[in-house]
Amino acid sequence: MSEPLAIEVAGLVKRFRRELLKSDYTTWKSLLLRPFRRDRAADLLTVLDGVDLAVGPGRTLAIIGENGSGKSTLLKILAGIYKPDAGQVSVRGRVSSLIELGAGFHPEFSGRENVFLNGTILGLSKKEINRRFEQIVEYAGLGQFIEAPVRTYSSGMYVRLGFSVAVNVDPDVLLVDEVLAVGDEAFSHKCEDKLNEFKRAGKTICLVSHDLNAVKKFADEVVWLDGGVVAARGEPARVIDAYRQVVAKREDEVGRRAISRGELPTADRWGEGEVEITAVRLLDADGQQHAVFASGGPLFIEMDYKINQPVQAPAFGIGLKNSAGVICYGCNTHVDQASLGPLPNEGTVRFAAQRLDLVPGSYLLDVAVTSPEGRDYDYLVQVASFAVRGGSDGDVGIYRPPHDWSLRPRGESA
Amino acid sequence: MLLQRHMAELAKHRALLTALVSRELKGRYRGSVLGFLWTFLNPLLLLCVYALVFSVYFRIQMDNYAVFMFCGLLPWVFFSGSLNDGAGAITDGGSLVTKVLFPLQILPAVKVLAAFVNYLLSLPILFAFLLGWGVAITPKLIAFFPVAAVHILFTYALALLLSTANVFMRDTRHILANFLTLWFFVTPILYPLSQVPEKWRGLLYLNPAAIFALSYQDLFFWGRWPRWDILGLLALGSLVLLLMAVVIFEHYKEYFAEKI
Repeated sequence: MSEPLAIEVAGLVKRFRRELLKSDYTTWKSLLLRPFRRDRAADLLTVLDGVDLAVGPGRTLAIIGENGSGKSTLLKILAGIYKPDAGQVSVRGRVSSLIELGAGFHPEFSGRENVFLNGTILGLSKKEINRRFEQIVEYAGLGQFIEAPVRTYSSGMYVRLGFSVAVNVDPDVLLVDEVLAVGDEAFSHKCEDKLNEFKRAGKTICLVSHDLNAVKKFADEVVWLDGGVVAARGEPARVIDAYRQVVAKREDEVGRRAISRGELPTADRWGEGEVEITAVRLLDADGQQHAVFASGGPLFIEMDYKINQPVQAPAFGIGLKNSAGVICYGCNTHVDQASLGPLPNEGTVRFAAQRLDLVPGSYLLDVAVTSPEGRDYDYLVQVASFAVRGGSDGDVGIYRPPHDWSLRPRGESA
Repeated sequence: MLLQRHMAELAKHRALLTALVSRELKGRYRGSVLGFLWTFLNPLLLLCVYALVFSVYFRIQMDNYAVFMFCGLLPWVFFSGSLNDGAGAITDGGSLVTKVLFPLQILPAVKVLAAFVNYLLSLPILFAFLLGWGVAITPKLIAFFPVAAVHILFTYALALLLSTANVFMRDTRHILANFLTLWFFVTPILYPLSQVPEKWRGLLYLNPAAIFALSYQDLFFWGRWPRWDILGLLALGSLVLLLMAVVIFEHYKEYFAEKI
């Protein structure tokens, strides 16, 4: 015996007319010209191409994928906002979508008025809103601000109120689009709590998210969309891992292409240019240029220089920053007392790190040539960026020491 | 049947309709010092402007001209306001269209209804003027209900069409704004029917706005029944127009979320 599925999608195809995606609107002129344009079929962009889904009641499905892979379109089709071009879609029960928070909010109206307005838009009756009003206000944590016009709210308050109404609709099926990404830390905890509450209450949830850790935490099943088709589905850890590997590989390719263009894209650059840095490369052990490196693996930085004016013993330096701007490591040949010997007029200086023990994430590289007294001949800010991948996902911080865990029962010696 | 379903959806969502109409009305003047008072002030000031121009400068020879003009002007404000706002109802709907699911005909319907409520709210001012100028208010006033009903039907049908057209051709609104100015002046609102040359008068009845203006003038100002025969034909025509509008709207509405 099997229960009916909460969400069932078979052979779903969605195409957008390409002109719809253009920012310039159709005008009478283009309308008049349209019959004369050829191959209009080629103007179709297939966003979803034969997607199947089957979600049992009470299950949580997460849809992951890169931007433009069709995730949000799929969610909008489930919500009934878009119509599929082919295929069957059925969603059983009352649906609430956390796609737009605070739909129809009027900035001049008080929070109270907007709760009623928004609730009505989401399909609640006045009686239902009245019954839940206290709960909604309390959950949003607005206190007496509920009587103030919404335009005076901070963006956090606005989102909290919208979220509070949406989750109080008491749906059977909840569609969530990146809601966890908005708001502050406390709010995302609240969202997580609420999602867990829904799960316990046996609601079906379908969420779209870029936050893979959150996905891992909530989802019973993950569907990975890639270019409008299901690339993989199934057990969260396995699908997420496969997805991560592909994304890392693509990032690397994009990074390498940028490098091969040969220009030095810096955020800022200063110095008199007595010694000039003409190229910077990030290399792996095989001497291949990369933009993605493994945590715990080697990293080689090479910079080509050119001496324009004779100078005394220049020092070459590097600095690594993480995406938050925190300096993770910095040093130069002078500090390291590395003797490179006499410098030819042109050459390449190489910084070789055998182990890159950084936490996975994005990093930025600064390089510089300075005088022995510390005056900058050439200083390049954010001349390259690279990603560190690998290790476990939940790492936090900057430094990832090589480590393992073990257990020793009481009384045994190490 | 399509028309039936279309209207049933509106009826089913009347709570939402009411909420959005009151949002529209209350929101319009919220934050201003005089607030809702503007609902009454606006038609009053409008009347003053037209009365000044046409009874002091242009001198239309007619007893109680200002009041007469007011009788046709108020319904015109309802009609043109509905179309102007209605044309943008979907395109200005923003996230309501792209991210929330509800019958989209509610948006143009809200614009028409909000404009109509505004019209109703300005009627007491009209009555005050009628009384003040000594124009008799007769029991024939009850003809207002059928006339207004046909008027709403016709206006809603046009608003549906325009809101759909504007999604695909953003020029619609701008063309409409200018067209409405022309339409206003070929409609006997600022001048009585008697000012129209005899041979053109028959042609006037091809203009629905003229039929409405004349009907309102009949029942408010002249104290007589409107031309039921013509009004009946117009009601029939409006129904056909509505059916067409609904067919077109329902056909295109699935693209609205993508086009905006």
